[in-house]
Amino acid sequence: MESVDLLYKGIYILVIFGITLLIATYSTYFERKIAAFIQDRVGPNRAGPAGLLQPLADAGKLFFKEDFIPAKSNKALFVIGPGIAMLVATMSSAVIPFGDMLIVGGREIFLQAIEVNIGVLYVFGVVSLGVYGLMIGGWASNNKFSLLGAIRAASQNISYELAMGLSLIAVLMLTGSLSLREIAAQQAGFNWNIWYQPLGFVIFLVCAFAETNRTPFDLPESEAELIGGYHTEYGSMKLGMYLFAEYINIFVASAVMATLYFGAYNFPFMENLREAISDPVLANNVVTMVGVGVMFAKIFLFIFFFMWVRWTLPRFRYDQLMKLGWQILIPLAILNIILTGGGILLKEYLF
Amino acid sequence: MTSLFFFLASLTLLCALMVVISKNPVHSVLFLIITFFTISGHYILLNAQFLAAVNIIVYAGAIMVLFLFVIMFLNMGKESEQHVKTSTLSKIAGTLAGGLLFVVMIAALKDSKIAGYDPETYNSQIGMVESLGKVLFTEYLLPFELASVLFLVAMVGAVMLGKKEAGEQHF
Repeated sequence: MESVDLLYKGIYILVIFGITLLIATYSTYFERKIAAFIQDRVGPNRAGPAGLLQPLADAGKLFFKEDFIPAKSNKALFVIGPGIAMLVATMSSAVIPFGDMLIVGGREIFLQAIEVNIGVLYVFGVVSLGVYGLMIGGWASNNKFSLLGAIRAASQNISYELAMGLSLIAVLMLTGSLSLREIAAQQAGFNWNIWYQPLGFVIFLVCAFAETNRTPFDLPESEAELIGGYHTEYGSMKLGMYLFAEYINIFVASAVMATLYFGAYNFPFMENLREAISDPVLANNVVTMVGVGVMFAKIFLFIFFFMWVRWTLPRFRYDQLMKLGWQILIPLAILNIILTGGGILLKEYLF
Repeated sequence: MTSLFFFLASLTLLCALMVVISKNPVHSVLFLIITFFTISGHYILLNAQFLAAVNIIVYAGAIMVLFLFVIMFLNMGKESEQHVKTSTLSKIAGTLAGGLLFVVMIAALKDSKIAGYDPETYNSQIGMVESLGKVLFTEYLLPFELASVLFLVAMVGAVMLGKKEAGEQHF
């Protein structure tokens, strides 16, 4: 790889990292604003205009709190836990194509940090590692409520990973590729996967809620039964990092859903837009930039959906959660695979 | 590439040793997870990206989570370790057995040749998903299907063992 390419990749990765952190920061603000709207309140409005500086105030408060480590905890693991949660959360945005190709000075620039031919598996692997941060933190606290939260997180993640993987397989059968760039490119225009995989998308969505530990699946931190769940003993910025990792996970899950099912950077009439501009380079760049905007619009819609559900639905009971995962979602996902396979065969037979 | 290989190999061996040496079982499991990561690194060096990803998903992502899950439940602290006392006899026996295994391994590997590769015929895409899938569903179809039947049998067995008795309610 040329050094210019390497430099560009470095800058791009830093930009994506910055955007991820910025979106996660402002997700906390919008979470509170949306909660306030749904509950007919005003929400944060003191720090800055319309409360826009509230995330900075929250972060400042967390930084100035005492950094407390319980006496009988496992100190090394207690500190490493939030770090792992944060590290794993920021890793998976590397393979997501946030846009198509830009042409700058005759050089083709792909708006994707790394292109691997196993992109979907990479995301899936990183997601399956996310539970370690919670487990290690919960166990190292040496607190029974933390341990219970950690164990709930582990069993919940493993149960829903199965259904998630099975619903992914149906998408892979359609696209015939594991590369996220390829999957995004195949959904050009309005040919989105959601039209072919509505059931798979619903299963994936439910599993994404469970994997990110969001209500109605936030049993690892259900305050009514477990005080605070796995982060009971945490304070200061270590707690902040756990909460922050959750918002980054929401962002990544939204980006993955937008890429797999909602056409990533593709939008209807993009070919008409491309033809409307006479200069091909300019046309390509305009379409790509609009595509990036569309991609982020889709991501924000999903983030809003996550918050909407949180403030609308009550929490599951733990046995209901397990029942939903094993007895409803997994058989449904297998049915979806069979239907998809039958559909593909039928299409080959008819056309 | 060679230096990267030696770095990964030594890291793998170090972590694998730490799995055995660590006093705390949770530390052992965590070192085992790092070992799986370094092995995935080896797969990537061999251009087998699919195996690397699946190794992380299945072993690090699922099986080790269950391991950690069980060990956390057992809650083996410092108190339980003090009761375990290894007698001198078993220490000597263990050393002897390990040493003998080491000798056997050296004897077996002494005359073995490292299989080289022919740059002319070597296919760099051999570890990719496409070629792996083709091989699995044509050349090795029968073993592949038999393995899936084995998994099915194991799953049915697990369900049978985990099934609740009639009339019993756990929650």
